[in-house]
Amino acid sequence: MSEYLLLIFNDEAAAASAAPAVGTAMLEEHVKFQQKHADALRGGNALQPTATATTIRSGSDGGSTVTDGAFAETKEALGGYYLVEAADLDQALAIAKDVPRDDGGAVEVRPIRVFS
Amino acid sequence: MEGAGADPSVVAAVADAHRGEWAFVLAATVRVTADLDLAEECAQHAYAQALTNWGAAGIPDRPGAWLTTVARRQAIDLLRREATFQRALPLLIEPEPVPTDEGSPVVDDRLRLIFTCCHPALSVDAQVALTLRLLCGLSTSEVARSFLVSEPTMAARITRAKKKIASAHIPYRTPTARELPERTASVLHVVHLVFTTGHTAPAGAELVRHDLVRRALDLARMLRVLLPDDPEVIGLLALIILTGARDPGRLAEDGRLVLLSDQDRTRWNRAAISEGVDLARQALLGRPPSRFALMAAIAAVHDEAPTWDDTDWAQIVSLYDALVRIWPSPVVALNRAVAVGLAEGPAVGLSALDALSDEPQLAGYPYLASSRADFLRRMGSVEEARVAYGEALALTDNLVERDFLQGRLRELDG
Repeated sequence: MSEYLLLIFNDEAAAASAAPAVGTAMLEEHVKFQQKHADALRGGNALQPTATATTIRSGSDGGSTVTDGAFAETKEALGGYYLVEAADLDQALAIAKDVPRDDGGAVEVRPIRVFS
Repeated sequence: MEGAGADPSVVAAVADAHRGEWAFVLAATVRVTADLDLAEECAQHAYAQALTNWGAAGIPDRPGAWLTTVARRQAIDLLRREATFQRALPLLIEPEPVPTDEGSPVVDDRLRLIFTCCHPALSVDAQVALTLRLLCGLSTSEVARSFLVSEPTMAARITRAKKKIASAHIPYRTPTARELPERTASVLHVVHLVFTTGHTAPAGAELVRHDLVRRALDLARMLRVLLPDDPEVIGLLALIILTGARDPGRLAEDGRLVLLSDQDRTRWNRAAISEGVDLARQALLGRPPSRFALMAAIAAVHDEAPTWDDTDWAQIVSLYDALVRIWPSPVVALNRAVAVGLAEGPAVGLSALDALSDEPQLAGYPYLASSRADFLRRMGSVEEARVAYGEALALTDNLVERDFLQGRLRELDG
């Protein structure tokens, strides 16, 4: 078995301006997803919007700077993740297809690296 | 491959076995190595052994089985000798099904290899490269030449793809029945791409890259053996055979492109046409008819027409109508518009073509401009035809096609 991180990307601005009922419906979708794939799920969380993010960068002098905001400013932002266990990529992709997402949203599937 | 001093009949037999059995030998060896690179190394070793052994011992009755035995033995030896081959990232190999009394179908390892190479999690470029490399046994430099990229670029592409297969755990297995249609479509797309790239090379001095066309045909025949009941597979095989059957008429003696309308049809390969038409009929039995079955049927109508003028254009238009419904691509719409013009006259065709002029996908496509030019020429609009030929010329880098378009321009001047 291998582990995969499913990274959920969505349009934050659209989500923020959506009616409250949309957010509630999305939450219900996630509860359904979590029930359906309970056996495979190893963890997961929703993230606060990128407006709350703080980024630390290492400078050339060995020091670091702290800046307000996300590492990369993109329209589609990382909004949450699931950690799943799957036999292979095909199984992980099948689970990822079920992850609830906004129209135009995306789920990136990344294998977890194992050090041996 | 080293062949110095070897008996020519042995060299020929090894070359035959390389073309015909490479995928079989490699796929069976992957089962032992759980590693694509090591399996390739062992398969290459087996072919080298064949060159030195077959002369004295005679060419075996079943070269594929002989080569597989040698390759697998080499793999086992290497794995025993070197603990380093206990790879950190072995391929996830689907166990060989235990023969049960239910008579579970025997799955050829080649099928696992095909579905691994053409996995949709790999880029299409990588799928094509892996397919030519692992299933057809082409060297990296041959694959690079086929796609007009440098050898280091192609080597990097292949290495990256193999690395992803291992680290993302793309399994070495056949898809489940539910996944099969989508996964087969991805395999057929790759084979079709190899064929179209070979049939009209996008750039270069040759119109047809016969090596790629032949590889595509080999792959399609292999798929037909491995997935015998899939109408889409039969359709693609039929399409490749029926299109290839016209190749002897496509080039004039001096290497110039001859349009379908002007080809000497006595030069077409009749045996291939009859095989292809048979297959196209079988493919059309699938319901609803698949993309490749319809494309094969269109090719069959052309192949069976005694002359250009006697072509059943109404039939071709109706096949394109069906094709546009299931495969609404701008290129298909373009071909349909051309057929409409041939069925109903150049003015009708021109307006069908002009309806497609805003299609962004056709913006860089030389055939839209050259088809417009052709209808304009036939309507006697010389000036507009000249402009359209010029546009087409600006869009193609294939020297044979460029030569053809320049010839048309000269005719307009004359």
